[in-house]
Amino acid sequence: MSNASPPLFAAREPIFPRRVSGFFRRLKWFILILTLGIYYITPWIRWDRGPNLPDQAVLVDLANRRFHFFWIEIWPHEFYFVAGLLIMAGLGLFLFTSALGRVWCGYACPQTVWTDLFMTVERWIEGDRNARIRLHNAPWSLRKGRLRLTKWAVWLVIAVATGGAWVFYFADAPTLARDLMSLQAAPVAYATIAVLTATTFIFGGFMREQVCIYMCPWPRIQGAMMDPGTLTVGYRKWRGEPRGKGGVKRQKAAAEAIGSGDAVARYGAAVDKNTAAERQSRSGEVLGDCIDCNACVAVCPMGIDIREGQQMECITCALCIDACDDVMAKIGRPRGLIDYLALDDEPPTQPMQCAGVAGLAEAPAGDVAGANQPPWQPKPLWQHIFRPRTIFYTTAWAAIGAALVVALFIRPEIDMTIAPVRNPTYVTLSDGSIRNAYDIRLRNKHGEARDFRLSLVADTGLQLALEGAPDTVVEVPADTSRLQRVYVIAPSQAPAAGQQRSDLRLWVEDVTSGERAYSNTIFNGKEGLNERSTD
Amino acid sequence: MTDNPKIDPTTGTETTGHSWDGIEELNTPLPRWWLWTFYATIVWGVIYTILYPAWPMVSGATAGLLGYSTRAEVAAEIERVDLSNADLIDSLVTVDLAVLRDNEDLHRFAVQAGRSVFAANCSQCHGAGAGGVVASGYPNLLDDDWLWGGTMDDIAYTVRHGIRNEEDPDARFSEMPPFDWMEDAELDATAHFVRSLSDLDHNATAAAKGATLYADNCSACHGEKGLGNREIGAPNLADAIWLRGDSQEAILRQLKAPRMGVMPPWQARLGEAEVRAVTAYVYGLGGGEAAVGDAEAAPAE
Repeated sequence: MSNASPPLFAAREPIFPRRVSGFFRRLKWFILILTLGIYYITPWIRWDRGPNLPDQAVLVDLANRRFHFFWIEIWPHEFYFVAGLLIMAGLGLFLFTSALGRVWCGYACPQTVWTDLFMTVERWIEGDRNARIRLHNAPWSLRKGRLRLTKWAVWLVIAVATGGAWVFYFADAPTLARDLMSLQAAPVAYATIAVLTATTFIFGGFMREQVCIYMCPWPRIQGAMMDPGTLTVGYRKWRGEPRGKGGVKRQKAAAEAIGSGDAVARYGAAVDKNTAAERQSRSGEVLGDCIDCNACVAVCPMGIDIREGQQMECITCALCIDACDDVMAKIGRPRGLIDYLALDDEPPTQPMQCAGVAGLAEAPAGDVAGANQPPWQPKPLWQHIFRPRTIFYTTAWAAIGAALVVALFIRPEIDMTIAPVRNPTYVTLSDGSIRNAYDIRLRNKHGEARDFRLSLVADTGLQLALEGAPDTVVEVPADTSRLQRVYVIAPSQAPAAGQQRSDLRLWVEDVTSGERAYSNTIFNGKEGLNERSTD
Repeated sequence: MTDNPKIDPTTGTETTGHSWDGIEELNTPLPRWWLWTFYATIVWGVIYTILYPAWPMVSGATAGLLGYSTRAEVAAEIERVDLSNADLIDSLVTVDLAVLRDNEDLHRFAVQAGRSVFAANCSQCHGAGAGGVVASGYPNLLDDDWLWGGTMDDIAYTVRHGIRNEEDPDARFSEMPPFDWMEDAELDATAHFVRSLSDLDHNATAAAKGATLYADNCSACHGEKGLGNREIGAPNLADAIWLRGDSQEAILRQLKAPRMGVMPPWQARLGEAEVRAVTAYVYGLGGGEAAVGDAEAAPAE
C-alpha cells in the first residue's frame, strides 16, 4: 500500500461567487426574468375554446390524451409534432454550440437559471463573497443559524413554487390551485410537487456546479461539437502574460485614448493595446495586461480559473468577462482580456513572442494589403457565425420547422382513418352479394357535436351501410373520436364482387358545414364468383 | 495501487498507469456525495426488500411487511371496475333485448363485454372474427342467414341452451335423417335439384327428376321452395350460404350421412349478463336481423 495514493473520493470545494456587474450580467438577468416568467405565468394564461374544451392556453391533458397549445390541439395520433419539436430542439442546441459554445449552459439551462436565482437569494441574506466565506468558516452561532435558516426557507419557497408551477401545466390551473390549497388534489399532484421541490432545493442550493460537472451528459456532448472556430469564453494569454501587479504607471493619455473599456470593439482589443503604455514590473520587466487580481476566479460560479484555458467545467456564463472588463477599465487597459473568442483567431505564436504584433498593428486597420499587415488577423464575427456546419444546422432546423408548420396548416379539419376488417376478408350474404366490413374512426376536434355523412366512390355499384344506423350519418360528440363499423356490399353480379381487390374511396362530409375529406381503401371480393355464376 | 503513482502534470491527478497510444487515463476521484448517494441506494434497497415482496424462497417469496402484491392489486382493480359496472350489469340482465340499442351507454357496455366473452368462449369454433369454418360446419355469424333465427331473443336463446346437446333439455333440437336407402341416381338427381334452387349450375334433366324426390322426402322440413324452417333449424337451400359447402359432392355427402352441429349450453357457465352481452356483440357483427340499416334490408326469407 502506498500512502502517496490520493483519496478515491473528493469532497466538494465550496464556491463563493462574487457579485459582478456588466453587460453579460445584465443579459443574464434579462434571460433569467424572461425564462422564469414564462415558466411560472404560462399555465395561467386563458384561451377560450368554446364550452366543451378547456380554456387553458397551454395544457397537457393526460387524462383525455390531448395537448392544447393556444389555437393548436394535438391528439395522440399526431404525436409526430412533439417528436419534430424535440428534433428541432436538438438541432438548435447543435447550432448554438457550434457557433457559440456552451451558450445554452451559460444562459438558458434551468440548472443555471435556478442556481443563479438561489445565489442571488444567498447574496441578499448572507452578503457577498467575503461575508459568505467568513460565515462559512465561522462556528455555529445564533446569527449563523438565523441566516442559514432564512436562506433555506426562501430557497424552499422558490422550490415549492417551482414544483407547484409544473403541475399546473397538466390540469386546469385555477381549479388545481384551489384543490391543492384545500388538500383535495390528486396524490400524484402532491408527489410531483414534492419531488420537484426536493430536486430544485437540492440542485439549486447545494449541488449547483456538481450537477453540470458530474451529472449532466450535455457538457460532454457539447465539448465534441465545438471546434477552433467556435466563439467561446477564453483568456487572451498572449496579451495577459506574464501576469504581475506592475508599477503604478497608469498614464492618463493612454487611458483616455482607449476610453472606458466598454467602448472598445470586440477585436479592437488586440490592436488598441498598443495605444496604452506598457506595464512594467518593479524590476523593469515588460508585463502583460493581467494584473493577477483573481477577479475572474472570484466571480466564477463553477470555481475555475479561466486563464488555464478551456475546461470541461466552464459553462460559459461570461461573468468573468464582466469582471475582467471592469478591472481593465480601472487600470486603463482595453477590455477583452477575457472575452468571447475563437481559438483559431488567437495569434499562433507563444505568449509574449507576439511583441511584433504590437508594432505591426500600427498599420491602419482597414489597410488589408498593407506591407505592415500583421501575420494573423482575427476573422470577422460573421465568419464564425456563418460556417458550413452552422448553415447546415440552420437549414435542417428550419426545414423541419417549416415542415411542421405546413403539416399543422394542411391538417384536415375532418379526420378519418379506415381499418378494413380482415378476419374474414369478405362475407357472402344469402342473396349471393359480397360484403366487406370497415372500422372507421371519425375524430371531431370541435367544441360541439358534429354529424358526418359517409359516402363512397367506386367503379361499380357498391352500396354503403352503417352498423346499427338507419342511414349513413354518424354523430360524433364534441372533442371525441367515434368508432363506427361500416359495411360495403357488392351485389353478386357487380365486378367488385368477383375481383380479389378493387379500389374504393370513402368520403366523409360534415352535414352542417359541407366540409369533406376522403380516404382510400380496398374492397375484397370472392375471386371467380362471377365466372361461376354466369356459366 | 502502485508505490509510485504517476501524476499527470497538467491536472495534478494520479493516472491509472494505463496508456493507449500515449493517452493516459486519469484516476480522478469521484465526488463524495456520489458515495453517499450510493450508500443511500443500498439502504433504500434493503428497506425496500423488507417492505415489499422480494427474496425468493423455496416456495414463493418473502411477502414484505406492507403485504403488497400485484395480484391483490389487480383483484382490487377488477373489484372496483365490477362495482362501478354493477348498475350496468343489473340493467343488462333485466332490459328487454329488443330495445337494448336504444340505451346507448348500456349497449356500448354490452358489446364491449360481449367482445371479451366471445373471444374467450366462442372463438374456438366460430373463429376470432366470427367467420365460422365451412370445413367443420361451424356457422358464420357475420352473414344474414340464421338457422335458428337472428333476432336478439333468438340468439340469446341459442346461446343459453345450445343446440343438439345432451346437457340442456331446452336445447334447440332437430335431426336430418340419412337418405342412404336411396339409389345413387336418385340421390344425384335430388342434389341437382337442390343446386337448381339457388341457381347453381346443374343438370336440368336430373333436376326435374329430383324435384319429385325432393317434394316427397325433403320439403316437409326444408319447404317446397327450399326456404328452410327456422322452427326446426332446417337450412335455407335457396340462398347463397352453405354451411357445409355447395358442391354436388358436399350435398351428396350430406344426403347420405348428414352431419349436424352441436353447441353446448352457456347459461350455467356465463350467467345471464354475459349471455346477453355476447348476444349483443354477435348481433352487431353484421347479421343481426333488421339491425343493419334500411339501405341493406335483409332479404325476405
